[in-house]
Amino acid sequence: MFSASDLRKGLKILMDGDPYIITDFDFTKPGKGQALYRCRLRNLINGNSTDRTFRSNDKFEKAPLEERTMQYLYSQGDEFHFMDNTSYEQLFLTREQVGNNLNFMVDNMEVSVLFFNETPLDITLPIFVNLSVTTADPWVKGDTSGSDTKPVTVETGFVLQVPPFVEEGDKIQIDTRTGEYITRVKE
Amino acid sequence: MISGGMLRRRSEVLQEVRNYFVAHDFLEVDTPILLPSLAPEPWIEPIEAGDRFLQTSPELCMKRLIAAGEKRIYQICRCFRQGERGRRHLPEFLMIEWYRADADYRDLMKDCEGLLRAVAGTCSGGLLTRHGSRISLERPWPRITVAEAFSRYAGITPETALTEGCFEEVLVEQVESNLGFETPVFLIDYPGALASLSRLKKNAPGVAERFELYAGGLEIANGFSELIDPVEQRHRFEGALAEIRQDGRRPGPMPESFLKSLPTMPETAGIALGLDRLIMLVTGVDEIDGVVPFVPEEL
Repeated sequence: MFSASDLRKGLKILMDGDPYIITDFDFTKPGKGQALYRCRLRNLINGNSTDRTFRSNDKFEKAPLEERTMQYLYSQGDEFHFMDNTSYEQLFLTREQVGNNLNFMVDNMEVSVLFFNETPLDITLPIFVNLSVTTADPWVKGDTSGSDTKPVTVETGFVLQVPPFVEEGDKIQIDTRTGEYITRVKE
Repeated sequence: MISGGMLRRRSEVLQEVRNYFVAHDFLEVDTPILLPSLAPEPWIEPIEAGDRFLQTSPELCMKRLIAAGEKRIYQICRCFRQGERGRRHLPEFLMIEWYRADADYRDLMKDCEGLLRAVAGTCSGGLLTRHGSRISLERPWPRITVAEAFSRYAGITPETALTEGCFEEVLVEQVESNLGFETPVFLIDYPGALASLSRLKKNAPGVAERFELYAGGLEIANGFSELIDPVEQRHRFEGALAEIRQDGRRPGPMPESFLKSLPTMPETAGIALGLDRLIMLVTGVDEIDGVVPFVPEEL
């Protein structure tokens, strides 16, 4: 159990039977009155945000969430199939649940899947992934007039800016939190 | 840690506050901050230090000086309140309190107008800023009763809100955000149940002569016509101690030395103003962290 003084940004609590994450938080106290804990919370099942104000003696249950390491197998239409690495159990998430992670997911990648009561909610990718460049304009050596970056497409179809020396067929490392190029990877 | 520029602006505000009170014939006092007993307040939790408490406000010692014959005193000091940490709260903060003998809360409102106009005149071109909006200090500043504000902005009476246990929620969620964006506003005449150490209005005993000053939705000061009846004061303290016990906390001792001084206290008005918050308004910084040299997490 949590009490109101434990509330902070990022805490996941159970409210009205659903798991929520606190996305914004402030402590306030009007005049000589009771302390209030003002929270913005996002429902981890449907993504809706709501504002709630709590008092010092309110109590909260921890959201029963569990992370499991799973392997991304393949996609079929809007279904993205994963396999539990220990139980070999398979399940799928929808395109909506996978969201922008799609830009960086390749077959056989290990990801962390967040569960609420056996229902998968969300996935977290490794921070850095290596992806192959499938389309890139050739690098013209000695071209000093151009800009310092150029756009390339990687195997997932994601387009990003990279330094001019990156060529088609290269593997590059990308930060999945920002979608930014980190380095070229030698294999 | 704040910048050297902000440290200097903070210092300028403090200097100007002192200039104002000295020019208006107030005596600066410095009373002890380590105290054996405090005014019991149901929702202000003190920080214990050995067998004493760090002051939550210099109120009781300053009133004893008034009871001993001082007429106009002010004090700039640090106050400590357990667990208060937010965008406009610190567990240790800088307060100014001032007391006027032979005066009531209306005199304090005039002091507030004079003080803020003087400070902003020197330090911020005569304006205050909150969330980017500019607040004029042209007088008069509206005085709006708690009952009017609750009815206008929330469609509820303060009494109903108190009965339903949502007074603070209504104030914070619906009322405060409307207060003090053109000029500062005085929210006056609190329900008697929230009188604290203030006296009830003679012609309307359900209402206390207590006000809060708001600028840009930010509460910066709490003032009142002081309660000087020792019997009534003891009764209220007992009520506060009972509330603390009921909430499962350990109440501190009754401030007997203060109660003993009350019979010689003249009609008095006293007010506490949060200086860090005033500095936020003068500098246009929206969070308290941006105006203090260090926040607790940096220590």
